[in-house]
Amino acid sequence: MDAVDGNAIGGMLIEVFGAEMTAASSTCGTCGASRPVAELVVFRQAPGTVVRCRTCGSVLMVLVRRMDVISVDLSGLADLSPQ
Amino acid sequence: MARTAVRGRLIWQAAPVASITRETTSVVTIELDPPHWPGHRAGQHLDVRLTAEDGYTAEREYSIASAPSEPVTITVERLEDGEVSPYLTGELRPGDLLELRGPVGGYFVWEPGDGGPLMLLAGGSGIVPLRSILRHRLRTGSGVPTRLLYSSRRWEDVIYRDELGQDHDGVQVGYTLTRNQPAGWTGHTGRIDSALLAEVAWPAEANPLAYICGPTSFVETAAAALVELGYPPERVKTERFGGTGGTDGRSGR
Repeated sequence: MDAVDGNAIGGMLIEVFGAEMTAASSTCGTCGASRPVAELVVFRQAPGTVVRCRTCGSVLMVLVRRMDVISVDLSGLADLSPQ
Repeated sequence: MARTAVRGRLIWQAAPVASITRETTSVVTIELDPPHWPGHRAGQHLDVRLTAEDGYTAEREYSIASAPSEPVTITVERLEDGEVSPYLTGELRPGDLLELRGPVGGYFVWEPGDGGPLMLLAGGSGIVPLRSILRHRLRTGSGVPTRLLYSSRRWEDVIYRDELGQDHDGVQVGYTLTRNQPAGWTGHTGRIDSALLAEVAWPAEANPLAYICGPTSFVETAAAALVELGYPPERVKTERFGGTGGTDGRSGR
């Protein structure tokens, strides 16, 4: 299955952060590359959503939904700054 | 239970279907009348959720096809093995309720103040958010010079054919047909690549602003080619909706 990009998870990110996040700036904790969340690589196969750096491929975010709760792992990010 | 809309929060809502228009054999445009709609920006999408009797749900994103000043519409392509698009394109009727939330997105959006010239590249149903941008440009009286290159398999698959064929001041529309071409076809053929973009895209010196939407492989190829031509990466906005088959991906996002 082809990857999509960060645009696709804009709705889920609003659920998590309470704000529009696709235009937010992200910085990879591994290679330091910065780009808008919309430009990150997104895989949406079960059981969760995996967001990777477009430069080095490191995992930046993992989001897993269970009923009405979304667990979020942001440990791959050095920075995430809403516009 | 009554729900109160909280500012900045997305809520799921049941939107009546106002009308359905067939665009091609596999594509329909659905006009919706969501009860709570804060207004959208050109290029945004909305999320659709279908719930089965046993509680199973499937969510998909669909690009908004209309300008911000127009009623909310989405355009959906039927994917044969999809979970959502066969229902939307084959079963849904005017008056039905469709559960949605939106609008969503703050990156792949265009406002007249963003300038241009605009270079729009569409692969298949990736034309949908670009049509919203084109309509917004027209409705706001923006004179920004615009070029659209639309890649499609066959002429019959081209969505909004009549609308795009109308002569709009300052808008040049080109097509490339990748699978087969009607007799006497004088447009481009084959997939978008560096050579084709070098021929049809605004030169980088014009400081163009590019929007590319379509299947992931299409977007990657087109974006890389524009950057190769000298477009700054931050002036190349992209939206990828996955494979062209095998998944239900979004239609036009």
